Amino acid sequence: MEDIKLLKTLENNARLSNHELALMLDTTEDAVEAEIKRLEDKNVICGFHTVINYDLTANETVTALIEVGATPKRDTGYDSIAKEIYRFNEVSTMYLMSGKSEFIVIIKGRTMKEVSDFVARKLAVIEGVTRTETYFVLKQYKAEGIILAEKHDEDPRMKVKL
Amino acid sequence: MREYLSKRAAQVPVSGIGEFFAIANSRPQVISLAVGEPDFDTPWHIIDEATYAMKHSRTHYVDMKGLRTLREAICEYQQRRFGLSFRPEEVLVTVGASEAIDLIMRTIIDPGDEVIVLSPCYVAYAPAIILAGGKVVTIELQSENDFKLTYDQLNQVITPKTKAIILNYPSNPTGAIMTKSDYEPLINLIKDRHLMVISDEIYAELTYDHPHCSIASFAAIKEQVILVSGYSKAYAMTGWRVGYIIADEQLIKPMAQIHEYTIMCPTSFSQYGALEATRNGDHDIMEMKSEFERRRNYVVNRIKEMGLACRMPQGAFYVFFDIRPTGLNSYDFALKLVKEYDVAVVPGSAFGNSGEGFVRISYASAISELKAALDRIEMMIKSLIAD
Repeated sequence: MEDIKLLKTLENNARLSNHELALMLDTTEDAVEAEIKRLEDKNVICGFHTVINYDLTANETVTALIEVGATPKRDTGYDSIAKEIYRFNEVSTMYLMSGKSEFIVIIKGRTMKEVSDFVARKLAVIEGVTRTETYFVLKQYKAEGIILAEKHDEDPRMKVKL
Repeated sequence: MREYLSKRAAQVPVSGIGEFFAIANSRPQVISLAVGEPDFDTPWHIIDEATYAMKHSRTHYVDMKGLRTLREAICEYQQRRFGLSFRPEEVLVTVGASEAIDLIMRTIIDPGDEVIVLSPCYVAYAPAIILAGGKVVTIELQSENDFKLTYDQLNQVITPKTKAIILNYPSNPTGAIMTKSDYEPLINLIKDRHLMVISDEIYAELTYDHPHCSIASFAAIKEQVILVSGYSKAYAMTGWRVGYIIADEQLIKPMAQIHEYTIMCPTSFSQYGALEATRNGDHDIMEMKSEFERRRNYVVNRIKEMGLACRMPQGAFYVFFDIRPTGLNSYDFALKLVKEYDVAVVPGSAFGNSGEGFVRISYASAISELKAALDRIEMMIKSLIAD
């Protein structure tokens, strides 16, 4: 079994059972189980999660994308500053970037005030952080390759076509 | 009114599965695995180029042979993907591969000419031959040979009147392919008997365990091959109606003449979409193909779990499922399945006599749909075999 085929299949749908994965990859359940464990141990598979459109729930969440300017440290470069940031539970995603800002940090919180407080009290004061610029998300159109803003139509195809 | 019909039109066979069609189409709850087209939407960058073309006055007649840029791009594509070398003068862009088949027949057939078709096959070949005044000669392919064409089968049916043979590998409905070594024994025979080969390679991009081999890659008979392909299956562009013919320029010229008189040119903005697909669509093909491969494996392995034999089809997006152990013929099987279990598959007999005993399952549906449908197929099979 090629691990990339397993990964691509799981990336599209993490809810498939090992049995279904074995059928789709033309292999055995044992082989699938062993391969997933190996990829988890190597930290290639880092977790499974669900793509949720919270706008359609009663649950209020606020997402903000924050550009963070930073000065690298002599011994550890950007990594130690990054660690100071990504360790906070509020941070859902973080990247080291080329371009104007060093980091992009994505924060999820319950209210705008909660996110603002986090930026002002936790993020901006970290040693090495020189600047932050916060952009609040107004509407989520697409996440993880899934379009959230449109409902799936019925199959537009004819039922039988030779 | 029947007396007004031409003798040729009256000869065109009527579909024998009308009742099945009507039931499948009239029940919205039916899960259909009977659709011969991808479920994916056309990739957005292709739609974007076509709508751009439409909004920027590319709405006039274009070159009757197809946009020059498109024909050039098709030559580059055939070289890049299949190692085949052609010139734009050898390409004619058609309204899908369907026009291509009809046009070829009308260009090369004289009354009484025999044209060989392989059964089971796509339903449009025989009518095109009949309407052109030709005679259909059928080779019954065997499931034991994985529905491949063999030397003996071909040798037996060639007569002095044989003009051409129509091939369709990867095949609708069987999913069979022909590899280089499968073709090799046929090449001298085709050359010696001066057969034209019409090779419908509309599924060329969808082969799974072996790379596609075009019969046009055999230099000894390249001039005898008329290659047909198009955009419907590889790029999920069925409704765009763009296909093409590649053949010797001396054949393309008269075909282009007929094509100009009958349809002028395929829709201009569809051709701009096709141009974008040809130039920048290789990645889309790979993405769709890997999804098709997972689905193929899923369907075949589910059938095996039901305790039935099923070979892994090598191309297209069909599993030609051997239902003989159920004791039903293919039409009765499909009718019972749609009536009692709300799942549509196509009876193999719709594709010719040697399709009997099989049904065509299209796996151009999401895994969740395939799962639900196969659960129901399994219920029916269990009840039939238990009886």
